[in-house]
Amino acid sequence: MNEITININNLNKKYKNILAVKNLNFKISKGQTIGLLGPNGCGKSTTIGMLLGLIKPTTGNVIINGQNMESNRTNLLQKMNFISPYIELPKKLTIEENLKVYGRMYGVKNLENKVIELMKMLNLVEFKKKKTGELSSGQKNRVSLAKALINDPDILLLDEPTASLDPDVSDYVRGIIENFASKKNKTILIASHNMNEVERLCDEVMMMKKGEIIDQGKSMDLISKHGRKNLEDFFLKIVREK
Amino acid sequence: MKFYRIYALFLRHFYLIKGSFPRLLDLIYWPTIQIILWGFISKFFTMHSDFYNHTAGIILSAAILYDFLFRSSISFNMLFLEEIWSRNFTNLFIAPLKVSEIITALTLTALIRTLIGIVPAILLASPFFGVSLLNLGPSLILLLLSLYIFGMTLGLFVVSGLLRYGPAFENVAWSSLFLLAPLGCIYYPLSILPDWLQIVAKCLPLVYIFEEVRSILVNNVVNYSNIMSALTLNLVYFLLSVFVFYSAFNEARNKGTLINVGE
Repeated sequence: MNEITININNLNKKYKNILAVKNLNFKISKGQTIGLLGPNGCGKSTTIGMLLGLIKPTTGNVIINGQNMESNRTNLLQKMNFISPYIELPKKLTIEENLKVYGRMYGVKNLENKVIELMKMLNLVEFKKKKTGELSSGQKNRVSLAKALINDPDILLLDEPTASLDPDVSDYVRGIIENFASKKNKTILIASHNMNEVERLCDEVMMMKKGEIIDQGKSMDLISKHGRKNLEDFFLKIVREK
Repeated sequence: MKFYRIYALFLRHFYLIKGSFPRLLDLIYWPTIQIILWGFISKFFTMHSDFYNHTAGIILSAAILYDFLFRSSISFNMLFLEEIWSRNFTNLFIAPLKVSEIITALTLTALIRTLIGIVPAILLASPFFGVSLLNLGPSLILLLLSLYIFGMTLGLFVVSGLLRYGPAFENVAWSSLFLLAPLGCIYYPLSILPDWLQIVAKCLPLVYIFEEVRSILVNNVVNYSNIMSALTLNLVYFLLSVFVFYSAFNEARNKGTLINVGE
């Protein structure tokens, strides 16, 4: 049996009178890539926030590698990382400076080499002295991805990793994620509205609605179980169901 | 606490200042203008006031010290605001940084920012107005330390507000020191205030610091009880501000605001 990396037990998050996440339970094994699907406001970001220790659960536990996030936040974050189109890197720092700052923050060994390696991998070498705020959205996305990979995380959380990117850059970014996922023991959780992306990258998907996981499994299994043509069709059926 | 994480946060702000001439200029410009303005006011009072006529530069010395406090506090706030403005806030809180490391890094970086601004201004005061802070003798170290701790304390309170209430709290960041200045008795003795306000003012370390400055420069007497009172009050307020910061951080985690703080 595969080793469990992420273990979520009876997780609830209440904001005033709104229950954003309801009794969430799931396990993700080491090396799995899981898609987290659901309409806007269904609790995906809150779930990711709790996985990262940014949001404190009202009740329940987030157990990462056997340790509780609440009591081991700093240690666990050392081997995790995250990207989202809603957060940015300092705009006035160059790509190289940003990667060096975050590399040091994560205590990366041989940082100079790691920065060069990531810039080469993500085709950023020619822009390394350019300020991050002066880059195109595709280039910024690649810098964010480089920052997310700087500590060679065991657990990578991705919120809409290709949002607002053109198909060419999106495909390129998916290739990088695919390549990272193929490495041994890398666990990835992707929240996305792009069903092709989810089908291409994820081993399994979890479908959220109104703060709950209402179904989960392999894409093909879910499609056939619900009698739909593809994952997008499945998504629409679930979202529109009363 | 890990030094490399504190250094990383310092480096983030060092790169920011190094790569931006307007930011560097801004750090030096305002203290210099302040010192020139107060230098001329000080010169005028020295020539036309009975209280000040034996002690050249008492107002200018107070102005320099107040500016040191102002820069310390504003620098601390600015470091935090920069993260909000650049929407980098969440990246910091998903990094393996402890709250104590954030406080330490901001405190040290704010000191460097403050010194970049205030040292040229202090150096200008001597040749232009014949005033040197060194006239305060060895007590100067304790007075600067006291002002710096108070600056950090105010910074921590403001930053706690930013964590708790988000960018809407920004205006308080700019006005916090102006609010305390009248009670701090920076340019006038405590006895000027009405009796009831003196009681309130005595709760601030500023009063003891600036009373001590006047005691040294006007009467040539070092009153260590003033320095001790200032340091003791500072310690109490600083510990309180650290507690408030931790509480604000926990409250932000409860409310889920760490994930989307931005402009």
